[in-house]
Amino acid sequence: MTGQIVVQFLTGLASAASLFLIAAGLSIIFGVTRIVNFAHGSLYMLGAFIAYSLTQRLAAGTAYGFWISVLLAAFVVALIGVVIEILMLRRIYRAPELFQLLATFGVVLVVQDAALWIWGPVDLMGPRAPGLDSAVDILGQRLPEYDIALIVISPVVLGLLWLLFHRTRWGILVRAATQDREMVGALGRNQAWLFTSVFFVGAFLAGLGGAIQLPKGGADLLIDLNVIAAAFVVVVVGGMGSITGAFLAAILIGELQAFAVLVLPESTLVIMFLAMAVVLVVRPWGLLGRPMGEHAPGQAAEPLLRPATPRARLAWAALIGLLLVLPLIAEDFTLTLTIEIVILALFAASLHFIMGPGGMVSFGHAAYFGLGAYGAALLATTLNTPMELALLAAPVVAGLGALVFGWFCVRLSGVYLAMLTLAFAQIAWSVVFQWYEFTGGEDGLLGIRRTPWADDRIVFYYLVLAACGVAIYAMRRMIFAPFGYAVRAGRDSRLRADAIGIDCRRFDWMAFLVAGAMAGIAGGLYVYSKGSVFPDEMSIPRSVDGLVMVLLGGVQTLSGPIFGAAGFTWLQDEISRLEYWRFILGGTIIGLVLAFPQGLGGIWRQIEALIRRRRATGIEAGR
Amino acid sequence: MTGAAPMLEVAGISSFYGWARILFDLSLSVGRGEVAVLLGRNGAGKSTTLKSIVGLVRPSGGSVAFQGTEIAGMPPHRIVRMGLGYVPEERRIFTDLTVAENLEVGRQRPRADAPEWSVDKLFALFPNLAEMQGRPAGRMSGGEQQMLCVARTLMGNPSLILLDEPSEGLAPVIVDQMAATIGELKSRGLSILLSEQNLRFARMVSDRAYIIEKGRIRWQGSMDDLESDEAVKQQYLVV
Amino acid sequence: MTVLEVRDLYKGFGGVQAVAGISFGVAEGELLAMIGPNGAGKSTCFNMLNGQLRPDGGSVHLNGRDITGLPPRDVSRLGVGRTFQITATFGSMTVAENVQTTLIAHHRGLRGLWRPAAALHRDAAMALLERVGMAEQADRACGVLAYGDLKRVELAVALANDPMLLLMDEPTAGMAPGERVELMALTAEITRERNIAVLFTEHDMDVVFTHADRVIVLNRGKLIAEGTPEDVRANRRVRELYLGESAEAG
Repeated sequence: MTGQIVVQFLTGLASAASLFLIAAGLSIIFGVTRIVNFAHGSLYMLGAFIAYSLTQRLAAGTAYGFWISVLLAAFVVALIGVVIEILMLRRIYRAPELFQLLATFGVVLVVQDAALWIWGPVDLMGPRAPGLDSAVDILGQRLPEYDIALIVISPVVLGLLWLLFHRTRWGILVRAATQDREMVGALGRNQAWLFTSVFFVGAFLAGLGGAIQLPKGGADLLIDLNVIAAAFVVVVVGGMGSITGAFLAAILIGELQAFAVLVLPESTLVIMFLAMAVVLVVRPWGLLGRPMGEHAPGQAAEPLLRPATPRARLAWAALIGLLLVLPLIAEDFTLTLTIEIVILALFAASLHFIMGPGGMVSFGHAAYFGLGAYGAALLATTLNTPMELALLAAPVVAGLGALVFGWFCVRLSGVYLAMLTLAFAQIAWSVVFQWYEFTGGEDGLLGIRRTPWADDRIVFYYLVLAACGVAIYAMRRMIFAPFGYAVRAGRDSRLRADAIGIDCRRFDWMAFLVAGAMAGIAGGLYVYSKGSVFPDEMSIPRSVDGLVMVLLGGVQTLSGPIFGAAGFTWLQDEISRLEYWRFILGGTIIGLVLAFPQGLGGIWRQIEALIRRRRATGIEAGR
Repeated sequence: MTGAAPMLEVAGISSFYGWARILFDLSLSVGRGEVAVLLGRNGAGKSTTLKSIVGLVRPSGGSVAFQGTEIAGMPPHRIVRMGLGYVPEERRIFTDLTVAENLEVGRQRPRADAPEWSVDKLFALFPNLAEMQGRPAGRMSGGEQQMLCVARTLMGNPSLILLDEPSEGLAPVIVDQMAATIGELKSRGLSILLSEQNLRFARMVSDRAYIIEKGRIRWQGSMDDLESDEAVKQQYLVV
Repeated sequence: MTVLEVRDLYKGFGGVQAVAGISFGVAEGELLAMIGPNGAGKSTCFNMLNGQLRPDGGSVHLNGRDITGLPPRDVSRLGVGRTFQITATFGSMTVAENVQTTLIAHHRGLRGLWRPAAALHRDAAMALLERVGMAEQADRACGVLAYGDLKRVELAVALANDPMLLLMDEPTAGMAPGERVELMALTAEITRERNIAVLFTEHDMDVVFTHADRVIVLNRGKLIAEGTPEDVRANRRVRELYLGESAEAG
């Protein structure tokens, strides 16, 4: 018994190693560049793949060859990181933070297809580390030798990082830049060079993390998003920007998982979630973190929010008129696509509701879409619930999810909150993905039929139009009602809102609930439009779809998300038949961000600024 | 080589934040070894002027010449490396770093044409800082932070420093110390351009004044001229 | 009558006593200035009164009611208005909407989900803006106002919840000397006519000595002097620790 506990403890320490490496890299990069590098999981994945290829070639089978391969893989990944930084991020450091995030997600998509093309779709088994391929006996239990190597690596890396940051000039500059990078520039340091070197170190750590776990976990195409979610949890638990915090958090998570496996193997994810929840309630900024600035990422000075002008009302009326007569003029496939667009417009509008007026950026809004979808689908398949009832239940299920997740999320702000939403979404996804008996896992739930009266595509189209129209209009009313003012007050100035007696946290929570329930309506309708549901509907890419829609349309207008949803859904429909569509989509996102760093919605403002500036200078010159 | 050129010559610059125009054809100059002050109320464009000079705001149109070299449009780190130091209004010290580390961030190679500073020389000038070398800068008082901020900029061995409202938010006793420090720097050959709304402080340290309002220079002249011109003081400064 | 009663307040941060036993009171219609060097404990003390910090020891009473350790929103609801060193307003709302939101909050109407807020309490908001001289700019965005005007809006917002006590943290910081006097004169006028007690911190000695009825001086977390502006100005310790030699010039 004692032996088992000791060995399990050591296993936990070993599994913490790669988690610590990737989280430390993520934390360092965020600290200096303020970029939440979604592609950090991709760098980790590349580390695993590249290490695999190298170990096959470089003095295969020797201990010397293995460790050289691991270090070389990390170095190659570091260079890839540098290339990404120089070619892409360097051009968009002045863009709103959310656009930078989108660009890194574009990298995720591109890397996914590149890895598929180079290494193929089959999971690769990692080689055993030569010289460390047997197990040692500890109190009658066996522990792989390689685990001992992993246990040693983390504290060594932690120590080296500490020396790097406290005993070198570069480290002092990085710590200074973490606090105020502009000021470091104003003291004569070239920020561009500093950022690139930081990216090198961060990417190196991610690559190293991926490479050293190769003998244990191998390499596959799913680890990028799985590991980034885990890394977010570690960073949030440890405290943003604290490397020692990441170290402690990685150990905490590693140990909890190691022991949870003993007690109840299915509970590992829930345990991770509970640990995070407990830590955040006790210490909202993580174990060793400190509060960050008040504002949410990408939310600069907010413009006035005004009710629609007569002209805008006219435009809305025209659009609604067009949608109403669409079945008379459009073909079937157009109608099907429009149904999807309208549903996703509601999804995007609900995300906008918390992001825009609420100022809370969610990386995991698909969770509520998916909860609505699965809620309706499970009622239909297991209890034979009629469509009408299932559709009504969808927002309730999603709303309950939002109520629980939101309770934790509204305690945080900015990027912490965003990471936490993503972690929750990933947990919801994992439950659906792994609970095969109940949710059908990867196979999804099929054969969900509409009630006979709504079976006709045109009738269903009007049902979708009515439901989504009412929901979007209701959110609009709320934004201009006292409730919306209270939510916006908390976003604009928490200090002032507090001082006039507004309970900001409560209003944020309610906004979270509304947004979740609305996304649930969209999810429910989606199930009945497709007749099936798969875990993809609550995956990270679906959440990012929502972000793309909102950001492309413009966060600062209420109509933005609707047009963003239309444009994006159409684009995705066009390219999804191609084999390497992720590559194309990722490339498109990166291209759009590079071309329009202020968002498509910002183009007009940019032109306007240019004109005004010209005019202003012209008038002066004419005097 | 550029001995004849003034230390700083700003000619006809305009600056924008987004589409809001902040500066209008603004010109000013600072001679070698001179202390010039930019006086004006909040929002007049003082900080923007200094930021436009050091490159934190990119001026559109006009020219900024530092010791005869055109610097408008250069990134801040290149401007600073030429010997132009900047002390921001909000101090912006690195609170997580120790006093010694803060100074290290500002360190640059010595320059032939500017007074050379070292940590020891700065500790002689600011004895308070010497006593708290290892202390995180965030745990110092406002006045100490302001001194650290000046010292940090001096580590770059500048020949000209821009001081944005050095007396703001400081207790009267500390303001007197600050004035003494500026006098000391001037006596060592540094040129200084500061922005202020505190006329009493400006009077203690400067040779020449510019009055800025709504992004335009409205008046310029020696400190003595300003002293005797009640009309100007009444109109722009309201003492 | 005493509106605010502070007794023996203590607060430490990691071994440093920021506030070490401070007691004072503010009466109805009185303007009390709190001055002292940076790091003397002014902000800490202020933040314990408005609820942002919980004291380690001592008590705060508002009109005889114990408000020690209550969160800011509850303190606000009991009748405390605040202005900030750096103005805090709602940038995505107009001037009038800023005041209206405060009025809606004051009347516990924030849960409304349907009726547009723009029509609620509009008249009351306009009356307040009229009083501070901002009625003409009622429909402009707060984000585009001049700093001095923003300070007036903040004053209107602080008055909107009908406070018995106004806490002003460096009310004139960042303003030109002329505007400072105007703003404080306006504040004094309004608070006297409504019998509101005012506690403010300030670095500008002109403002303090012109407008305060009484002054308290903090140093290293302790009260070192208390009295009329004349008494405090003449106090030798205060001159030594804070005012300096140039006190005559001010």
